[in-house]
Amino acid sequence: MMAWATLRRHPARTTLAVLGIAVAAALLLDMVMLATGMSESFRSLLLTRGYQLRVSPKGTLPFDSEATIDGAGAIVRALRANPDIKAVSPTLGATLTIDGSRIPSAFTLGLERDVQGDYTLEAGSDITRADSGTTVPLPRIVASQTFLTRAGYVVGDTITISSGLNAQLRTAARSSRVVISGMGRFIYVPGETPVMALDLALLRQLLGPSYRDRMSLAMAESRRGDSASVEAVRSWIATTQPRVTAISTETAIRQVEERLSYFRQLAFVLGAISLGIGFLLVATLVTLSVNERRGEIAVLRAIGTQRLGVLHQVFLEGLLLTSAGIVGGLALGLVTAQWLNGILRDFPGLPSAFDFFVWSPNAGWRALALLLTSGTLAGLLPAWRAASIPIARALREKAIG
Amino acid sequence: MVDVSEHGAGTALETGTAGEPVIACEQVVRSYPMGSAMVQAVRGIDLRIARGEFAAITGPSGCGKSTLLHLLGAVDVPTSGRVLVNGRDTASLSDREATDFRLRHIGFVFQRFYLMPTLSASENVELPLAEAGMDKRARKARARELLGYVGLGDRLEHRPTQLSGGEQQRVAIARALSNEPALLLADEPTGELDAETGVRLLELFGRLHRDGRTLVFVTHDAVVAQAAQRVIRLHDGRVSSDSRSTIASGA
Repeated sequence: MMAWATLRRHPARTTLAVLGIAVAAALLLDMVMLATGMSESFRSLLLTRGYQLRVSPKGTLPFDSEATIDGAGAIVRALRANPDIKAVSPTLGATLTIDGSRIPSAFTLGLERDVQGDYTLEAGSDITRADSGTTVPLPRIVASQTFLTRAGYVVGDTITISSGLNAQLRTAARSSRVVISGMGRFIYVPGETPVMALDLALLRQLLGPSYRDRMSLAMAESRRGDSASVEAVRSWIATTQPRVTAISTETAIRQVEERLSYFRQLAFVLGAISLGIGFLLVATLVTLSVNERRGEIAVLRAIGTQRLGVLHQVFLEGLLLTSAGIVGGLALGLVTAQWLNGILRDFPGLPSAFDFFVWSPNAGWRALALLLTSGTLAGLLPAWRAASIPIARALREKAIG
Repeated sequence: MVDVSEHGAGTALETGTAGEPVIACEQVVRSYPMGSAMVQAVRGIDLRIARGEFAAITGPSGCGKSTLLHLLGAVDVPTSGRVLVNGRDTASLSDREATDFRLRHIGFVFQRFYLMPTLSASENVELPLAEAGMDKRARKARARELLGYVGLGDRLEHRPTQLSGGEQQRVAIARALSNEPALLLADEPTGELDAETGVRLLELFGRLHRDGRTLVFVTHDAVVAQAAQRVIRLHDGRVSSDSRSTIASGA
């Protein structure tokens, strides 16, 4: 009661202090979200469709180079024959030209519709399966929003895609008329990149005989999701398929975390600074309040309030300030995180589904625990000083009005 | 006298007989540092105040009045000598014991009232009751009773800023009486009040005395001191005179 009443005595000062703590709390929350968010985001990105393993040409990372895997059919068949592997999704990437379009070319993914893990369909219908060619007049493709916007197409339009363009003769080696049947959100492709997906067999046909049995990578899903089982499958692939490199999600995350260590250090330093600012704000305000009320506290002690009672009241003031700041800071932190995330997501070359600031209850609890600890410690010193005020001297000083 | 049976504050001090000393000072000295020098505010005082007495400690500014009052109220301890309140040597009490002793046996009234500005009159009076562990309902009733006793029955929910100086001092007196102390100590209780309000407050002290309280107040005003039954004059940290008035207290 007394602590709350004391804070209400100077509403403007208390409000400003709470706002200050809220800003520090927001920054801390954002930094905690940033420190853990990127790797969490990367993990969920990789596991979006459940594939825990990436198989790429030997010595490369997925789509790290233009290298492809020859003999893809045999490798995919071998993987699918393993009872520990639930699904395998082969993918071939290439750049195709688009006749008469506002954009000359687009990155294209050749996929098997039923096992693909590269996009989610957001509008229209999915790509044609290779074995359904007799039932539809034209093959169907799925394009990204960026593709449609920049090329000026809509779902339902028919376009001609080609490969092997001879720039001087303006002729293509192979072409196909296709229907844009749907719009998809491509998980691993940067948002600003125009991209389309079509059936793997069709893309191989368009690229010519040399691509008949090639893939850029394959994604594999272990039947059992635990780390040991995934590692066992990875190890089996590495042993039985000498021409490929198999990398698990966990390994990929470790590698990414190493690359993102600068971000984490930055987040740690900024988080520590914001925590320090919050600590100083609480400690300063409560110390100021105690100094102003020396005489009042001495009177409380004189009329029978125990030291512990004074300590408790002043300590509670710090805790109330911190708590109010945390509530405000939580809301402010989430809003600023969303705003900053929007800015950073526009960074060129990042997958559109990648987030920098990821809210997780763990991050929230961690920030909350840090702030409460900081607020508690900040309130303790002035609380101890208040409880130790020499009564007679403070009464002599007649410090209050 | 206000009924105290409700919270059972009966103590040896309160149940003692009139005439026996509530306060006994034996060669009390109190020095404290001021800058690089040591100031001796009280220089060897011997004093006895009997139960039911109404005493004024007076003297010029800086003569050690307030320091002596703090020693009598167990908020300070002598540098040498002994202060016995109801037979207890205040220097022998731990901080916790001294605080509890003040809570249950001593009521303080200060010159500048020192009410908690964020609390109502009733809540201010309730503070020592809450410390003593009384439940909220009983506290409210007791505060109402005490504020009625000091003539503020219609000001229960007023904050200090909504009360006049005289009214604030009455709230402070009600607060001092809340745990039914045997000893009421007041430091310049009329110092912040105009003459008329001061007279009315002294009348209230007189009533408290007639109701059987032991009262000791400090004043630099010789005229105000005459309201007491006994006037103890200090000069330079020593008792220079100790006289008893034949005039009825506060009358």
